[in-house]
Amino acid sequence: MPPRTVLQQTDITRALTRISHEILESNRGPEKLVILGIPTRGVILADRIAGMISDFSGQNVPVGSIDVTLFRDDLAQNPTRSPAPTRIPAGGIDGKTVVLVDDVLFSGRTIRAALDAVGAIGRPHSVRLAVLIDRGHRELPIRPDFVGKNLPSALGERINVRLVESDGDEFVTIEESA
Amino acid sequence: MRHLLTTKGLDRDTAIGILDVAEEMAEASARTVKKLPTLRGKTVVNLFFEDSTRTRISFEAAAKRLSADVINFAAKGSSVSKGESLKDTAQTLAAIGADAVVIRHPASGAPTVLARSGWIDAGIINAGDGTHEHPTQALLDAFTIRRRLHGDASRGKGLDGVTVTIVGDIVHSRVARSNVWLLTALGAVITLIAPATLLPIGVGHWPVAVGHSLDRALETNPDVVMMLRIQSERMQASFFPNAREYSRQWGLDDERMARLYPTTIVMHPGPINRGLEISSAAADSAQSTVLEQVTNGVSVRMAVLYLLLSGEREGLA
Repeated sequence: MPPRTVLQQTDITRALTRISHEILESNRGPEKLVILGIPTRGVILADRIAGMISDFSGQNVPVGSIDVTLFRDDLAQNPTRSPAPTRIPAGGIDGKTVVLVDDVLFSGRTIRAALDAVGAIGRPHSVRLAVLIDRGHRELPIRPDFVGKNLPSALGERINVRLVESDGDEFVTIEESA
Repeated sequence: MRHLLTTKGLDRDTAIGILDVAEEMAEASARTVKKLPTLRGKTVVNLFFEDSTRTRISFEAAAKRLSADVINFAAKGSSVSKGESLKDTAQTLAAIGADAVVIRHPASGAPTVLARSGWIDAGIINAGDGTHEHPTQALLDAFTIRRRLHGDASRGKGLDGVTVTIVGDIVHSRVARSNVWLLTALGAVITLIAPATLLPIGVGHWPVAVGHSLDRALETNPDVVMMLRIQSERMQASFFPNAREYSRQWGLDDERMARLYPTTIVMHPGPINRGLEISSAAADSAQSTVLEQVTNGVSVRMAVLYLLLSGEREGLA
């Protein structure tokens, strides 16, 4: 079966716009927000969300990236991966509300690692999770606070997220794994 | 990566890859909580048949920051003094369950023997073997140069066109050998300066320029001047008339230091013979990277341990 497109570029933009408004609403404004993307595509999405929140609220929201590679629990099961840069905004994260951003939420293990990575950097007031796609199949008690699209999937299926900044094109597809 | 035995044959992309991982390790080492859980459950053995301060504690700090268990083994005070062979020692370490062995040995090639012998399945890291190689020192030197030149924008960059002058006891220097191969692979241009007695046979085949006059070399304003330690412990014959004469001809003294470009980086792998190959003022100046090299050593060794020990076990290389 060929890949089926589930989100077009306009759908992605719309979803991110809604997530940005929801973050602002639940935080009652842009104060003490820090948006942290999980490499690779989570960083791009975090940049966009922070930009939108800044636009909507007229206040600059700090944005950065947090690499979780060194905190993963599956390093021994996969080929060695190189960690990506972690960039924490100048104000740090202590006492802030950190919103983690990733493209696809699946087993929840990446987010578990991200929570550990956050803990090594500081002690935020709270941590929230925003994802573009929630495909289910959680292996840990982790749930997202802001979701672009719930996409029920079979375990064998692949979800491909493509973004203009990293891939030159933008869409989300689902396909049966080869 | 299965072992790290030499920098010879390390290609540019692999080398830059190691330095980039070291950047992330340096970043993590600047956090409030410096410890990473990455190598939890792995055992790293520091197997030192030769004295060392910075390399051993650097590897120990690196392994501990990655949550590996560290066993320090010094040949002095061990069964080696009772005549135990490298083979028996290696098999003992294998039985203990070592995942990586960091070995320093006075015999050139000892780490390679350990890696190829089949006595032990662990990843082997050469921490200095005789007058052969000291790969992690070269990596930390490259990392230090790259940081000084590019700062936070270092990731992904080589050392293209950077001129490096290495001065002193080349013939006994494993640091010089590892640096020649690594820095050349990264695009640097190397000049070796030493009295003829301290140049190895066959240096003509190395990818370097060779000279005897430090003053003439400094006139070319190199980006990096790397001073090597005079290794008296390896000198059975007399390689130069006396220390004063060596210092006058090939030492980085205050007068030569004053002539350097203010941007020239002064490096020394340590331990320093103050007043012999480098003056105290030169070693402690703002242009000197001596202590930065030590700090960066931990990040680079964390990167090497990570690349060796994380991930599925590759087949024997």
